[in-house]
Amino acid sequence: MIANLGYGALVITLLVSIYGIGAAYYGARTNKHAWVESARNATLLTFPLITVSAMSIVYLLVTNDYQVDYVASVTSNSMPTYLKVTALWGGQPGSLVFWSWLMAAFASAVTLRKWERDQEFLPWVVIVTLVTLGFFVSLNVFFENPFLRLWQTGTGGVTKAMLQPAGSVPYVPLDGSGLNPLLRHPGMIIHPPMLYLGFVSFVIPYAFAIAALVTGRTDDRWIRVTRRWTLVAWLFLSLGLILGGRWAYDVLGWGGYWGWDPVEIAAFMPWLTGTAFLHSVMIQEKRGMLKHWNMVLIILTYELVIFGTFLTRSGVLSSVHAFAQSAIGPVFFAFMGVTFIVSLSLLLKRWNDLKSKTHMTSLLSREALFLLNNLLFILILVICFLGVIYPLISEIITGQKVTFGPEWYERNTGPLFAGLLLLMGVAPLAAWRYSSAKTLGRAMWKPFIASLVVLVIVLISGVRHWAALLGFWLSAFVAAVTLYEFWRGAMARRRRSGESFPVALWRLAGRNRRRYGGYIIHLGVVLMAIGIIGIELFQTETQGTIARGEQMQLGDYTATFTSLAVFDTADGRNVARAVMSVERNGNFVGELYPRRDYYYESQQPMTIPGVRSTWEDDFYILLVDWQPITSAGATFKIYHNPLVNWLWLGGFVFLLGTLVAAWPDRDPQKHEVAARSASYAAVKA
Amino acid sequence: MMSTKHFLKHLLFFIIMLGLIVSVLAADAVQAQETAPEGPSDNEVNAIAKQLYCPVCENIPLDVCPTQACAQWRELIREKLVAGWSEDEIKTYFVNQYGDRVLGTPPASGLNWAVYILPPLAIVVGIYILYRALRAWRKPPDAVAAGEQQASELDDDYVARLEEELRQR
Repeated sequence: MIANLGYGALVITLLVSIYGIGAAYYGARTNKHAWVESARNATLLTFPLITVSAMSIVYLLVTNDYQVDYVASVTSNSMPTYLKVTALWGGQPGSLVFWSWLMAAFASAVTLRKWERDQEFLPWVVIVTLVTLGFFVSLNVFFENPFLRLWQTGTGGVTKAMLQPAGSVPYVPLDGSGLNPLLRHPGMIIHPPMLYLGFVSFVIPYAFAIAALVTGRTDDRWIRVTRRWTLVAWLFLSLGLILGGRWAYDVLGWGGYWGWDPVEIAAFMPWLTGTAFLHSVMIQEKRGMLKHWNMVLIILTYELVIFGTFLTRSGVLSSVHAFAQSAIGPVFFAFMGVTFIVSLSLLLKRWNDLKSKTHMTSLLSREALFLLNNLLFILILVICFLGVIYPLISEIITGQKVTFGPEWYERNTGPLFAGLLLLMGVAPLAAWRYSSAKTLGRAMWKPFIASLVVLVIVLISGVRHWAALLGFWLSAFVAAVTLYEFWRGAMARRRRSGESFPVALWRLAGRNRRRYGGYIIHLGVVLMAIGIIGIELFQTETQGTIARGEQMQLGDYTATFTSLAVFDTADGRNVARAVMSVERNGNFVGELYPRRDYYYESQQPMTIPGVRSTWEDDFYILLVDWQPITSAGATFKIYHNPLVNWLWLGGFVFLLGTLVAAWPDRDPQKHEVAARSASYAAVKA
Repeated sequence: MMSTKHFLKHLLFFIIMLGLIVSVLAADAVQAQETAPEGPSDNEVNAIAKQLYCPVCENIPLDVCPTQACAQWRELIREKLVAGWSEDEIKTYFVNQYGDRVLGTPPASGLNWAVYILPPLAIVVGIYILYRALRAWRKPPDAVAAGEQQASELDDDYVARLEEELRQR
């Protein structure tokens, strides 16, 4: 019953989307506003409809309705209720419904904004969002139906179908196979929703860009309207990536946070173009330039969002054969191709309208440096894209699958990331329109000296690795420039207005939150860079098999194997948990409990590290193996990860900066009216 | 405007800093020699396993793969080390058995040359395109001179420039 309701809601959503697309198109072409209004209402209707569908899945999951195949494959009796709810995005069909649900929420939210000034955009924004939504819903309706039920046929076999096949009886397994243990971590519970939110919210600026191209209103209005949507999209995508890193560090058991896995890169690629877009739109706003380029960037970002979902959902990553067998792979591929071609043809059609009237005046101006920043982001994208796509090309042409490990990516992108850090230090000091080496040098002098002081301190502390020295120096330089910009602005304001320094700083940041929020983001990146340099260049590891009472040594640390217990838990796990006593330079600093959880239902092990985390370093112990009978000897792998906590702190500062930049302004029109009525009142008095 | 005295003071400080960096680097001791323990330790096995990828899982390095199969492959590396095989011989053995996918980077041969040539090529082409674009967008020289004058005026007054930028947001 509930399954039928959920499926019915999906089908109706698809029909409503198709209607909305048709009505919006007809309304726009014939200038009949009532049709556009009707399309807008259709968009608003999709959200409650998919909510019904998503809630149906959640209901089936929570009530253990194992006749529904999806429920049987992602939940089990022993799972706590909150995990059953999150199992909505624990498998392919459910996560596609979840994607559509978020898309419908964003599509509805955008149609509820005030459209008076942008009436001509409305039908096209509706069309783009509904086409995207309709595509994802149709994947569920035709290929990945989460509501299929299990039936036992007369011959004893089990089949999956929406309606009861003739001569069959409902088949209800006693228990489900449970959620993949890797997905049972708090980080993994919120990581996919954040990524998906980032993905779907990038559809909104793309929709406005397409609307601008179709209508020919090619000024920077579409950019101004979508500025906040873009920042919000970027916020969620960044949050998703950071949470993903944290999750990998906590549960994947390889001592790292980022492995250049194609699934990670799938989410990283739209982030790269999105970041380039966030910078380059400023050139269009300030200087009226790069209109073509901004269109290219947002179109690329949209396609990469779809491509990211495609990579993780189509089975194409495991092999081209899995892709060929996957029902949704080729459909995804076709959708990407069609939207890309349509977007590019619209762009070509408007090419001449988008020509800018202004010129670049200096190779060191901020706009020129922003362009260089864009180039670096695009080059990193090209390398990521090559690394993801080449194994497939190789498999098709030579039949041989190849792997790209971190080494290949880091060698190719390392210099580009260093270049980005350098630009982050130089660009904020360059003026719009015109800067020369002289003016830049004059502005850079003090932060440069400050960064040299830091370099000396790092050298004295014993660091000799050239890449680390370069990285720390660049980080110090960016930090110095950013803090100097805050200080310089606040001091100037203080001199003029006589405000105290903190007040001046607060008001300065309040005057242009995008600028100063951006600087806070830069500071976050610096902190993250420190953590990344620490773990990437200075991580050490050791592995050994020791008996109870024996020790392992790594750097200043000594870990003593105290005891090991193996036991079953109520939620279907067999846990082996070791107790390690940790000393640093002979002083006891605490006990760590690395463990191995074996999930009976899914027959998968999970390696949970024992971690002692400080600002200086992480001491990270994994239980690799143990002798089951005597529990006497066990194999441990120990990592020493210097400075890695700065990565997480940096992530936090990064998100804080994005929030500052994206925080809604007071309505400027309202503000103006209030000021005007106040002066009117004053005149009257 | 920065005075000459002020400038010299900064320059002196800069030279002192540079001197410090050089002297610290020069005084740096030569690396200590490492002594290898007898027999292949877990660390020696992992040093090789780290460069190989699990032949059955997707993108998981062999040294950290938690599956039973990978534990056996690591044991295999240990056996080969006991038998006196070199690191390269062991890697070649794995490639022959399971294909190029066990290597962290594709071997530079045949079609694979593309992944070694394309990234640097993309960088060179990208820089060239950017250079051409920037040149094409440059204003004629007299306009640049006017811009320079305006900019240096503004630059003298940081507050004015900041105010202007804040106004324009």
